[in-house]
Amino acid sequence: MTQTAPETRTVVVEREFTHPPDKLWRALTQPHLIAEWLMANDFVPSVDHRFELKADWGTVACQVMAIEPHRSLSYSWAALGLDSMVTWTLTPTKTGTHLRMEQTGFGPDQTRAYQGARYGWPKFFDGLEQTLARLD
Amino acid sequence: MPRSPDLLFRSLADPTRRAIFEGLCRHGEQTVGTLTAKAGVSQPAVSKHLGILKQAGLVRERHEGRQTHYRAQPKALMPLLDWTGKMAAFWESRFDELENLLNRMDQ
Repeated sequence: MTQTAPETRTVVVEREFTHPPDKLWRALTQPHLIAEWLMANDFVPSVDHRFELKADWGTVACQVMAIEPHRSLSYSWAALGLDSMVTWTLTPTKTGTHLRMEQTGFGPDQTRAYQGARYGWPKFFDGLEQTLARLD
Repeated sequence: MPRSPDLLFRSLADPTRRAIFEGLCRHGEQTVGTLTAKAGVSQPAVSKHLGILKQAGLVRERHEGRQTHYRAQPKALMPLLDWTGKMAAFWESRFDELENLLNRMDQ
């Protein structure tokens, strides 16, 4: 796999949860729970395991890259020209858990990646661009 | 844009707020009363949603007598046209679902 550093981009989403890390860990690693908040899947918490996330708009091909139970989890994320790595980091806090999601390393083909992101967008903000176009 | 995109994504992750904002985009300026009639939630709830939309720069208010009129500021959506922004918004919405799940797991 070649890396094209200048094209690399990163998305970070973080949130504080009032739930303990072991509970978040279960939600992030048990297939029936992952299905409830992300997508249908055949995830197994084992390094090198390949799995798929399935939604009505398509499939995301993933592979587990690293696991540190209750602390961090990384998997590759490839869908419709979008090649990236998703890393989850759990940090215990006084009131629960700080959860950080970092998605990074998007591939060199920006057009395809952009198309991927467009089609990979699961009905969220449907019609947003049309709305904006009308208002311009 | 001085405002945090985070605020923008989170403010639109809520379906009721999104519906209020979309209604303002589609039908132009409206009062809290009109918006409440359409939203299917209480007026205080609508006012709270409008406050969050305002913080995110998505709506602007105008006072006229005792009435407050709200207008959409669609330019505030520009960060979402960037796909990085879209992914961030995607994950924000997934985080919301994760939070819902965690709350259900308590019971």
